[in-house]
Amino acid sequence: MKSLQELAEIRERSKSKVALREGHNDIRIVVGMATCGIAAGARPVLSALVEEVEKQGVSERATVSQTGCIGICRLEPIVEVFESGKEKVTYVKMTPEKAKQVVSEHIKGGKPVYEYTIGEK
Amino acid sequence: MKELSLNILDIAQNSIKANAAHVTIRLTQRENWLTIEIADDGTGMSPDFAQHAANPFTTTRTTRKVGMGLPLFRMAAEQTGGSFSLVSHQALRESDAHGTTVTATFDTAHVDCEPLGDITETILTLIQGNPDLSLTYVYQTEAGELRLSTDEMREILGEDVPLNSPEVLAWAREFLNGEE
Repeated sequence: MKSLQELAEIRERSKSKVALREGHNDIRIVVGMATCGIAAGARPVLSALVEEVEKQGVSERATVSQTGCIGICRLEPIVEVFESGKEKVTYVKMTPEKAKQVVSEHIKGGKPVYEYTIGEK
Repeated sequence: MKELSLNILDIAQNSIKANAAHVTIRLTQRENWLTIEIADDGTGMSPDFAQHAANPFTTTRTTRKVGMGLPLFRMAAEQTGGSFSLVSHQALRESDAHGTTVTATFDTAHVDCEPLGDITETILTLIQGNPDLSLTYVYQTEAGELRLSTDEMREILGEDVPLNSPEVLAWAREFLNGEE
């Protein structure tokens, strides 16, 4: 069983890291988490995005957040990527596997995965 | 919904949208009966809205005129022979108590009972999206009780470490899954 005390260790460790975390966070990855999104499988998509952003080392530049219904429920799970100075990219019918690819090719590599975007279906 | 844990996530999102500061998610399993309670201190509903809230044609949505969150949760309970209730109060004066409590019971031995599914992922999703929310989660079975309070976590972590930082979420996942 994990104990709450381990959180104190995480706090200690984080103190040394604060100086390094001077990222710009200029990319926002937003997942629709209303009834339609949840029913279509948004929860595992969100957790894959959170995991991959960390694993692929782009957490300094990108944040993952949740929103309500984006309005095109039949295409859920939907993920939107907002980047300053660029047009919004909307991914539809997402899966954890596609999410992983979006993080590596789009967030890390800078090239949107057009085949998963809304215009391409 | 495929899992009751997804219904729970959905209902808890209502609490967050109602500006709740505190949300309690309590699961109690006694023999073959599972009770799920989601209680918040949000703005609450008017008596008229509360009465019809579990009807699909009642919604606060602006994207369309049907809302399926509460109806689906209610259906999931009633199709097992269980029950559903919703109690809500709006504050008339500032000092009044306000909020909404949704309670549903499920016969887990019934063939039409959805599995609970990955409740850990539901709790983690709520923490990830709402790191400042005061969330209490209690899962009580006859074998014992698992309890997680984000207030207690925050007390130890202080101001510097947000609850949705990857290390804290990893800790919470292991804590909730009962890993060593």
